[in-house]
Amino acid sequence: MTKQHANWSPYDNNGGTCVAIAGSDYCVIAADTRMSTGYSILTRDYSKIHKLADKAVLSSSGFQADVKALQKVLTSRHLVYQHQHNKQMSCPAMAQLLSNTLYFKRFFPYYAFNVLGGLDENGKGCVFTYDAVGSYEKVGYSAQGSGSTLIMPFLDNQLKSPSPLLLPAQDAITPLSEPEAVDLVKTVFASATERDIYTGDKLEIMILKADGIKTEVMDLRKD
Amino acid sequence: MTFTIPIDNGDALKNAETDSQRTLYPYVTGTSIVAIKYKDGVLMASDMGGSYGSTLRYKNIERVKAIGKHSLLGASGEISDFQEILRYLDELVLNDNMWDDGNSLGPKEVHNYLTRVMYNRRNKFNPLWNTLVLGGVKNGQSYLGMVSMIGVSFEDNHVATGFGNHLARPILRDEWHADLSFEDGVKLLEKCMRVLLYRDRSAINKLQISKITEEGVTVSQPYSLKTFWEFQAFHNPTAGAQGSW
Repeated sequence: MTKQHANWSPYDNNGGTCVAIAGSDYCVIAADTRMSTGYSILTRDYSKIHKLADKAVLSSSGFQADVKALQKVLTSRHLVYQHQHNKQMSCPAMAQLLSNTLYFKRFFPYYAFNVLGGLDENGKGCVFTYDAVGSYEKVGYSAQGSGSTLIMPFLDNQLKSPSPLLLPAQDAITPLSEPEAVDLVKTVFASATERDIYTGDKLEIMILKADGIKTEVMDLRKD
Repeated sequence: MTFTIPIDNGDALKNAETDSQRTLYPYVTGTSIVAIKYKDGVLMASDMGGSYGSTLRYKNIERVKAIGKHSLLGASGEISDFQEILRYLDELVLNDNMWDDGNSLGPKEVHNYLTRVMYNRRNKFNPLWNTLVLGGVKNGQSYLGMVSMIGVSFEDNHVATGFGNHLARPILRDEWHADLSFEDGVKLLEKCMRVLLYRDRSAINKLQISKITEEGVTVSQPYSLKTFWEFQAFHNPTAGAQGSW
């Protein structure tokens, strides 16, 4: 008897793009709000950004059912952490937790492409970028998702990141001011929307600073 | 991303719990559900057909049911899995009532529960082969959401499953607006259902429109839509293609 093959896939790609940029005292996390399946749009108003802690915000694109489950697991773990330590998790701590959580399902992965943004213990912006199974790196900026290949080269050009191989280690934090960084984010999303069919509808931008989180929404092309 | 999971049916003699228990494909299926938010709540339309492959086997299936006091659940896909989900929800609502604390499950809570159920079954490679639409009103707040068989969920002002997503959603995107009256809402849904009737092979001309408001649930009596087949092009379909074959 030949092996029966399933005629359904447990995965789907709901598209979308996420970007984060770290500054000297802020962090910008942005994502579009389109959720697709195949060539159809499911909804134009779905947020891919999720606040995990005061200083750590997660943005994920990929398979939204897995993303939601991942967000729930991390939120739940953070709640336990708060009960046990009487404080919120720092962004680097959350970064490690996310990596471990992803690797935990190494053999049935969360199909989620994550960017974690926030402020470190010194109030400086930090961005961590991940693959689907938890491999991660602290960077100055990152893009993940369907439009990442269109956005990343442009960010490389504009944010002139020093080589991570240099000694002594140099910070990849951008010297740009917060309004400049937000403007750059709006520019890259407008461009990615032109050529990536899965990116568009609306852009949600979260700006994390020591005194709180601001949210901004911008319209993108809906075609 | 393509992904196929080989399912080994195993040796039925040696292996007591074989994978023959897993869902491989659907048998009796329902087609699209179309739903919209309107001024007083949510309207949901579905036809009453249950197809067995290409045969129209059942013509009196109610694919939209009331859940608790505040929600409506519509399902497309495998009918038996829908009935299973109704059993899960019966238990959920029962336990909620048993607390006898004046609280009752709202549409958000039911939608979240269903999402978890669908996702969990997907994780075990034994999905409930349905796309569900959950609509409701609680404390003046309307809610409308959808869950797919692999656990993808979202909420919006209008949703549609299956063919409805391709044929009805564009109409809704163009013509839906906030605070639709009941009459306008029904007209809009009928417009969508008519297009589906013309173009979806598994649709039948026997539909029900269900309404949920703060007051409760009303399910209409089954009725049919007027259709027009007298276009000149249909009268003489081969007029533009004379030939020997």
